[in-house]
Amino acid sequence: MTSTILEMRDITKTFPGVKALSNVNLSVEEGEIHAVVGENGAGKSTLMKVLSGVYPSGTYDGQIIFQGQECHFKGIHDSEHKGIVIIHQELALVPMLSIAENIFLGNERARYGVIDWDSNEARTAELLKKVGLREDPKTLITHIGVGKQQLVEIAKALSKEVKLLILDEPTASLSEKDSQALLDLLLEFKRQGMTSILISHKLNEVNRVADKVTVIRDGRTIETLTRQEISEDRIITSMVGRSLDDRYPPREPRIGDVVFEVRDWSVYHPIHAERQVIKNINLKVRKGEVVGIAGLMGAGRTEFAMSLFGRSYGRRISGEVLLNGKPVDLSTVGKAVQNGIAYVTEDRKTYGLNLIDHIKHNVTLANLGGVSSGGVIDDMREMSVANDYRKKTNIRASSVYQLTGNLSGGNQQKVVLSKWLFADPEVLILDEPTRGIDVGAKYEIYTIIARLAAEGKAIIVISSEMPELLGITDRIYVMNEGRIVGEMAASDASQEKIMRAIVRGEGKAS
Amino acid sequence: MSTDSAPAPQSGTAEDVKQGPRVAVSALTTNLREYGLIIALIVIMLFFQYTTSGTLFKPVNLSNLVQQNSFIIVMALGMLLVIVAGYIDLSVGSVAGFIGALAAMMMVIWPLGIFSNPLVVSIVCLIVGGLIGAAQGYWIAYHRIPSFIVTLAGMLIFRGICQALLGGGSSVGPLPDSFKALSSGFIPDVIGPLTLIPPTVNAAGKTILGSGLTLHMTTVVLGLIAVLAYAYFGFRTRRKRELHGYEAEPFTLFVIKTLVGSALALFLVFQFATYRGLPIVLLVMGVLISLFVFVTKRMTIGRRIYAMGGNAKAAQLSGINTERLTLWVFVNMGVLSALGGLIIAARLGQAVPAAGLGSELDVIAAVFIGGASAMGGVGQVIGAVVGGFIMGVMNNGMSIMGVNVDWQQVVKGLVLLGAVIFDVYNKNKA
Repeated sequence: MTSTILEMRDITKTFPGVKALSNVNLSVEEGEIHAVVGENGAGKSTLMKVLSGVYPSGTYDGQIIFQGQECHFKGIHDSEHKGIVIIHQELALVPMLSIAENIFLGNERARYGVIDWDSNEARTAELLKKVGLREDPKTLITHIGVGKQQLVEIAKALSKEVKLLILDEPTASLSEKDSQALLDLLLEFKRQGMTSILISHKLNEVNRVADKVTVIRDGRTIETLTRQEISEDRIITSMVGRSLDDRYPPREPRIGDVVFEVRDWSVYHPIHAERQVIKNINLKVRKGEVVGIAGLMGAGRTEFAMSLFGRSYGRRISGEVLLNGKPVDLSTVGKAVQNGIAYVTEDRKTYGLNLIDHIKHNVTLANLGGVSSGGVIDDMREMSVANDYRKKTNIRASSVYQLTGNLSGGNQQKVVLSKWLFADPEVLILDEPTRGIDVGAKYEIYTIIARLAAEGKAIIVISSEMPELLGITDRIYVMNEGRIVGEMAASDASQEKIMRAIVRGEGKAS
Repeated sequence: MSTDSAPAPQSGTAEDVKQGPRVAVSALTTNLREYGLIIALIVIMLFFQYTTSGTLFKPVNLSNLVQQNSFIIVMALGMLLVIVAGYIDLSVGSVAGFIGALAAMMMVIWPLGIFSNPLVVSIVCLIVGGLIGAAQGYWIAYHRIPSFIVTLAGMLIFRGICQALLGGGSSVGPLPDSFKALSSGFIPDVIGPLTLIPPTVNAAGKTILGSGLTLHMTTVVLGLIAVLAYAYFGFRTRRKRELHGYEAEPFTLFVIKTLVGSALALFLVFQFATYRGLPIVLLVMGVLISLFVFVTKRMTIGRRIYAMGGNAKAAQLSGINTERLTLWVFVNMGVLSALGGLIIAARLGQAVPAAGLGSELDVIAAVFIGGASAMGGVGQVIGAVVGGFIMGVMNNGMSIMGVNVDWQQVVKGLVLLGAVIFDVYNKNKA
């Protein structure tokens, strides 16, 4: 007999300008492994944050019923108290503390504030045995690999008398072997009667362990599949099954000769020197062409782009870049900019903008030479440039003296774009150009991209949103685990095709 | 907070440029802090003028005030850039002490011939300062060692070398008069004095000191030129903005600002002119302040420093060589620390082991009182200068009042804390 342990009803969560979840329903039965799948940005993580109280009760609509009781979690502490423990994609361990210290952090076994280390370590040893990790509880977190760290997180969850374990992309950064071990552990827990929710987009894993699969798309529950119904094809169709409408501006591509060519590009991880992040990538972009790079999060797309752009990522970089048929030196950002390459980052707040300065100064930053002579800035020239780009990209602000930190995401993105447009590049690499911005602003960004292509720029768009790639690009490369695993003309590409290329690539890589 | 909406056509043109009142208000609010700071300085000066029964503004005291505090302000110019760039430099006091010792040794002890000439010594010392800055900046820029640690080490190292150079606890001097002029000299009156009221002559046929009124005309002329230039350039910038169709601050505000600034400057110039004229060190300081205002406000290198302090990663990904920029910021700091050291030595007339001891804290305090952010990216040259003067006036005023040195420190600490709390409070309210 089974009973429902968790029921989420009609969950709706809105952020300023974006409806992240609308009327999502999720029902989890006791003792099952329930997978939640969906594209990046579909709302999976948001749903879990609602459940765990990261977004406290009152900031969303809908009901959460856990073990027959309606719950109003005010924070993670409340949900953990009930036995709901979430393990996030980015591990939350303190690197310079030991395994035991991490497991009991904030929850130390102590008397009058004095920690009883023997008891903590004995209990830690028990927990580590349960998760199959053979390490001394005194080992520092920084000395064990990511796979083992993941197990420590799970042990930490177990220390809290967990009833419902939520794993958010647990295998995203694990090797194939570690992933298998982790999935086996999940199955073992299931035999012991634990309930888990697995958030993943690795369909082979879902296929292997899940009893049920709920598919989320665009912030809505699409359907819940039972064990008998689960198949990769079925899930893919369900995940991407939306039609392309007129959300993309029309354009007639006029494609010329090859402008930008990357040959045999390889990059190693900046810290884990033996890990190859980018594996022998070859890529070409023509004049006036918009080329997409599709792939899932962690496929290495951003790392690829940043390693090209002044070696801003990675080390032991090898390969060749040709601009108009001639090899170019892009070894520093300055040289890349001078050679007419621009990279618009996916993380505008961290890498794109000086948030404590205003629009004018941000727009001219990558091309101060264009508004100065002899190192002296011409204020009037700078002003007219800033106003000009504000108009061109339709930045909505009271004046160019508005701080970029106070702009909405869409307008911030337009400031970053303006900065790079003013640098007048020949090749423009746009990394997730519409992440986190609303539909209206997206359309404007697409319009700008179309205009740039019409002007004869070579454009690379990295995006996790497949419809976007299908809607605005001419040709699509599919990337997975640091390789190009597929290339197709946008006209005969489809979301299914892209997804298949990724899934096939995943099998090949192991 | 999104102001985005559905796809809209590119909006109109005229309304985008002319947004009179809003720009005016924002000009006022963004400058409020700067005005507030200057008003605070004036209030503090008036307070001490009152409590010291008029001693503060006496020409001789004003000269003292400038000569005592100029080294703090000179070093604060460099520290402003360091802090705006997102770093800190704790070594400036020790570097100043070391350079003072080096200068004294070169001029007094070591038989260097032509290299004992004060001018040559000064140039060599500035270069050494730059090299010290480069040495520290190298570790900070290229090896990402936290600036706090590198310069803490520098603070110990250069204080130690300073003391070793002077041979334990002794001082080295006296320094040549031509060198001392850097601190205690006045500009020569090339035009010649103008006697407004002849001094009273007593029965013995001697003139009574301080009686009568004689003006140092070169000072007056220089002062007038400076004030006219200030007003002219202010007006020209305004005109240029208007010609390009951009609203500047309201005209009345501009006039009031210019008048008050000019009146204040003329008053100080007049006070100096009735004494011995403009101190040389004030002239040096004035030139440096103008230079740094220009560099931070108008030059690309200044802009890049602010961008680096505001978001180093974004600056780097915009093609700015943040490592080299960091190195230059510390080289600049080193040169200004050296100049500070020369000024201290020139004022004391000798090199002492404790020269500049603890001054790094005064310098850093001046920059923070002046509104710089400890997180980097924010801060103004004028703010740091006014901050330095606030510290200086408080030192001077409390000394005249006879406030114990221990309690002076307490008051300075409270003012620093108060200024920063005021800043943070204002920012949160906005």
